[in-house]
Amino acid sequence: MAECHPVGFQWVMEAKARGAKVIHVDPRFTRTSAMADVHVPLRAGSDIAFLGGIINHVLRTGAYFREYVAAYTNGPVILREDFRDTEDLDGVFSGLDPEGRGYDPATWQYQGVDVQAASGQRDPQFDRRDASAPDVSDAAHGESHGSGGATIPEGRPESDETMTHPRCVFQVLKRHYARYTPEMVERICGVPQDVFRQVCDMVTENSGRDRTTALAYAVGWTQHTVGVQYIRAASVLQSLLGNIGRPGGGILALRGHASIQGSTDIPTLFNLLPGYIPMPYAHRDQRLDTFVRADAAPKGYWGNMRAYLVSLLKAYWGDAATAENDFCFDYLPRLTGSHSTYETVMAQLDGTCKGYFLMGENPAVGSGNAKLQRLGMAALDWLVVRDFSLIESATWWKDGPEIETGELRTEDIGTEVFFLPAAAHTEKDGSFTNTQRLLQWHHQAVRPPGEARSDLWFTFHLGRIIREKLAASTDPMDRPLLDLTWDYPTSGELAEPDAEAVLAEINGRDADGNPLSGYDQLADDGSTSCGCWIYCGVHAEGVNQADRRRPGGEQDWVAAEWGWAWPANRRVLYNRASADPEGRPWSERKALVWWDAERGEWTGHDVPDFQKGKAPGHRPPEGASGPEALSGTDPFIMQDDGKAWLYVPSGLTDGPLPTHYEPQDSPFPNLLYGRQRNPVRHLLRPPHPDNRYQPSGGEPGSEVFPYVATTYRLTEHHTAGGMSRWQPYLAELQPEFFCEVSPELAAERGLEHTGWATIVSARAVIEARVLVTDRMPSLTVHGRRLHQVGLPYHWGPNGYSTGDAANELLHLSLDPNTHIQEAKALAVDIRPGRRPRGPAAPELVRRYRRRAGIDEETGTAM
Amino acid sequence: MGVRTWIDSWPVYRQLKGTDPLGRGAAAKSGPSERLAPRVATADRVVKSVCPYCAVGCGQNVYVQDGRVTQIEGDPDSPISRGRLCPKGSASLQLTTGSAREHQVLYRRPHGADWERLDLGTAMDMIADRVIEARRAGWQWEVDETRTRRTLGVASLGGATLDNEENYLIKKLFTAMGAVQIENQARV
Repeated sequence: MAECHPVGFQWVMEAKARGAKVIHVDPRFTRTSAMADVHVPLRAGSDIAFLGGIINHVLRTGAYFREYVAAYTNGPVILREDFRDTEDLDGVFSGLDPEGRGYDPATWQYQGVDVQAASGQRDPQFDRRDASAPDVSDAAHGESHGSGGATIPEGRPESDETMTHPRCVFQVLKRHYARYTPEMVERICGVPQDVFRQVCDMVTENSGRDRTTALAYAVGWTQHTVGVQYIRAASVLQSLLGNIGRPGGGILALRGHASIQGSTDIPTLFNLLPGYIPMPYAHRDQRLDTFVRADAAPKGYWGNMRAYLVSLLKAYWGDAATAENDFCFDYLPRLTGSHSTYETVMAQLDGTCKGYFLMGENPAVGSGNAKLQRLGMAALDWLVVRDFSLIESATWWKDGPEIETGELRTEDIGTEVFFLPAAAHTEKDGSFTNTQRLLQWHHQAVRPPGEARSDLWFTFHLGRIIREKLAASTDPMDRPLLDLTWDYPTSGELAEPDAEAVLAEINGRDADGNPLSGYDQLADDGSTSCGCWIYCGVHAEGVNQADRRRPGGEQDWVAAEWGWAWPANRRVLYNRASADPEGRPWSERKALVWWDAERGEWTGHDVPDFQKGKAPGHRPPEGASGPEALSGTDPFIMQDDGKAWLYVPSGLTDGPLPTHYEPQDSPFPNLLYGRQRNPVRHLLRPPHPDNRYQPSGGEPGSEVFPYVATTYRLTEHHTAGGMSRWQPYLAELQPEFFCEVSPELAAERGLEHTGWATIVSARAVIEARVLVTDRMPSLTVHGRRLHQVGLPYHWGPNGYSTGDAANELLHLSLDPNTHIQEAKALAVDIRPGRRPRGPAAPELVRRYRRRAGIDEETGTAM
Repeated sequence: MGVRTWIDSWPVYRQLKGTDPLGRGAAAKSGPSERLAPRVATADRVVKSVCPYCAVGCGQNVYVQDGRVTQIEGDPDSPISRGRLCPKGSASLQLTTGSAREHQVLYRRPHGADWERLDLGTAMDMIADRVIEARRAGWQWEVDETRTRRTLGVASLGGATLDNEENYLIKKLFTAMGAVQIENQARV
């Protein structure tokens, strides 16, 4: 955090000054470790074993927050009799389909009730929830559909408040984590037992009624074949300790881009519509109502999904969207599997995808298996790159690594490339959503130089020109474009669209065109429009709430009048959980919101994340739906059952409980189960010669790649370098690519400090300057010494500060839920000296593959 | 210069007589350094902004003089950052005004060996034509006899330092085109 979010780290230091203890768990020693009370280096890729060990400690010693767990989590809920855990099936859950390499999640459900997820994979429930609509065969791995039949039973799930029923979640959890002992943690993670126990004690002693513990992670946690389950493991731990929805608690994703939260909320993502409404998958005879019935949870705030979706369709298609035509629901394109950025590369290689826009993204350096990214671009008809400078993704056709090795020749590459200079944040109006869901407006200071333009300008005018060219078309495929509301006011000689007019559309309007003030006002009859329901209220009363700037010094610690947080300016999500079931703060020290019986409403320091007038004693009437179906003790209002999920009955592709599997490429066998890797990890298809996987664990050939590598960032650079390698100050501070290795590894391989090292995987070979340092300590794992190689991944050949791209080394075995690459743990070899040049470089990689006996099948076993 | 002024301007004298006995502040100032002013002092305007690098969201004050950005500093009013910026945020001035920024559209024709110049209007028109064509080429009304109403001919990968309003328009336009391969850094 001190490295990558230094200014945010000041608050950790403030907390430390007031007595907080700081634990830093990271393979490398950083500026964060330097300020922490305890630094715990562990093997990259072993975090679920580590967190599972703490969960086991909490359950075994009874250190969990009993009242919180019983009242606010699904711990008491009883599971179906036919559910089988990894305990029963040696590392897999019931429902595994070996043919389709996916799970049927039907047996994971609660006894007697089907619940729908608030996020994640909602389509797999489609058939069970809408038996009338047979689905299209699925092209994606790990996204199998459920078996059809049953309707959704009414009522609350069966539960046991004493949490002693052998099939209740709490007991299943206890059994699942019993094998995650301190001895196992030591052997798998390389964390000595006394250090591990110290961490357990510090965390449990600092959790409960009077104290809370926060977990902060940088998004490296997501970059594993079990990435979502890393976050889930943190959720299980924090829910057990009562650390969610309370001040000083939570799981905080420290995200790395100014508006990466915003680009998830208003997603430029294949599987989502604005506000986490799922993109529809293809089903026969699917209509608006069948989609909503299948994908929306009937209870909690997702019970109103129809209102959110109809309001979005009205924002998109305006008057053309009517009740008679299903509000143009049919205009939405439909998915048949994963269409993630990595499938897009494969679609480029096979010729399906012909044109590609890169808007402020540098996949030739920043994406996993950077070579495949470039080969994909070389197969395109055309490519549009919008950026500040000539990044690697704009110039690979004349100076990329494949030109040097002779694998591509410039004159053979048919891709037409347009480079369009982009405007900077100082040259446009707009809002960023920061990592704590806070929208902040930035104002235009000056006009963009030359032909530089904002992405708002580019997108608006591209749409305008396309619509003009198609204006006379009668082809039904063009109707969604021609019916689109696309009339934003523009100003100035550049004809820049008015960003605040777009924000007003995102906020939404009532039937008379007045701005809405909150998502409770959204209707499902077409009388309201709203571009992103969770952002409804950001333009309440026609005022740009994201531009509120009352100085922090004039406000209390919540600072509610700086910017605007979604939803409804609530700063801590699910904060009803900061009070006990009766509505009283768990302790005065940790008071955030509470029930004011006299006034009959929730009140407190923060905006309550709960229906304002719903008393703690409220019990919903029989047959209630939507928010009305939640009781006064259901704080997790987005959830179907209003509870924090220790166990996930629906929404994940790879199991209801986090389970330790080894990374795709690992020098070690899985000590906990007979299953080496996540059985339903997403292996990119078809197999590609430049995306070979490595032998792992005890498999012959795994000794060829004996070291674990992990990638990370530095304070002085920004992701793929497009915004930092061209800045002289930053280039001077971190002038070139380097790797961090321990003195032990340096001695073992003859690596010299400030000399060169060559690093090899089954995909690529790169070179880096060597930094021999105790910051990357060697560990004892599985009873032997393990050396790890640290690789900051900011570099490419362009700009002032240059070097090879660490992401060349990566494979594309992805998390099956999110389709994110495993950048944070892989096995490599390292040797002294510079890498070969020209055709000798790919020849070296081929030689390594031969030595390790690698073919198309290697590493693909389930 | 009178004798009095001459003595007064002598640093050692000021150090002994004045409020700065250690000679680290006022006593050590020369005439020229006394007259130095920060470049922000003469700015025409201060524009409120937000750092474009990571997602902490530090407040920035952008100083503008004669229509140019002259300095970018942390905004002390921000309850998030309290006026601080990290090395990247402090380099925002180079990011926005540095010589490494391209100001012109560049074009590489198929099989071409180098960049060529193209004006923005022509480029926009050419891109629009290509979108229409690729969209049509990759169009799928159905897959396995099930309606999909989409194109796989056009894809987009965006960064995540774009504004919400920009992302909104991208998703809206590309969805209306029928494109589904719309992605951003959050996946990566």
